[in-house]
Amino acid sequence: MSEVRTLIVDDSSVMRKIVERALRQAGLDPLVVLEAGSGTEGLDVLKTIQVDLILSDINMPSMDGLEFLRLIRLQNLAPGVPVVMITTESSEEHVKQAIQAGAQGYIRKPFTAEQVKERVLPLIRVA
Amino acid sequence: MLLNGVRRAAIARRFGAGLQKLEQSMTLSLRDSVHLVSDPKHLDASVDEVFRLMLGAEVERIQDPLTTQPESVTAVVGFGGALSGACVFRCGAHEAMQVAACMTGMEFAELDDTVKDGIGEICNMLAGAWKSKVPELSAHCGLSVPAVITGRDYNLHVQAPEFQLIHCYSFDNQQFSVTIVCDGIQ
Repeated sequence: MSEVRTLIVDDSSVMRKIVERALRQAGLDPLVVLEAGSGTEGLDVLKTIQVDLILSDINMPSMDGLEFLRLIRLQNLAPGVPVVMITTESSEEHVKQAIQAGAQGYIRKPFTAEQVKERVLPLIRVA
Repeated sequence: MLLNGVRRAAIARRFGAGLQKLEQSMTLSLRDSVHLVSDPKHLDASVDEVFRLMLGAEVERIQDPLTTQPESVTAVVGFGGALSGACVFRCGAHEAMQVAACMTGMEFAELDDTVKDGIGEICNMLAGAWKSKVPELSAHCGLSVPAVITGRDYNLHVQAPEFQLIHCYSFDNQQFSVTIVCDGIQ
């Protein structure tokens, strides 16, 4: 597998590290991780760097993950790049909102590395 | 006061201007299933799930209240919408550092921002896991972002809640408590 450049967007630095560790355990290697603490920071990253995968939290201050996702699509910042939402919100309504906003995957916190592997690796292979 | 602020944030975040419309259109009353919402087993299952998956730790429910710690950490995540209230995670400084160490694989000697961040995330996941146990709650109840308080000799007071669950647990000889406070249910 070639280098997978991944943007992780979460207001929690601890959660960003946990997601990175889960990606490595899932076999994403070599992995280059870019971190953003908010949707706004995430957009700034995408304006300057091309990525292969985006993982984003939903509940974040100032700009939530769904708004971040809508703006990515609206501004065509990462065409064809799979986006997976990682969040504590797990109702069908939340999943539907995320899919409508343009997400390809959804992982509920708490999660296992196995769940990350199952939901992320197929997207990378397709992309 | 803190809980009111957190709760308002949860409501605004989840529903925005559509809150009133949502309240009017909600046909299913959670009040009719309050026994299900307040079932203590949901809280125990949520704590077990979060600690097992995120920390690789087995937790055990204990009956004794937490021993008083010289310095403690409290994380609060507010509920808004169909149920208003909060999920509160509380532990001593040493326990907080242990939890953060299990989450990150790092060692901590003080209550730094990473430790507080980790405790806030634990509380966030507990709140999300707890509300996901009841489908109506999962769909119609929003969460605030976590607030974390550290300090000495403080107590949490809630006036006349609809119901309150206060459970204490231990893992690796560390103790913590999780409280679910509900002060409004539709």
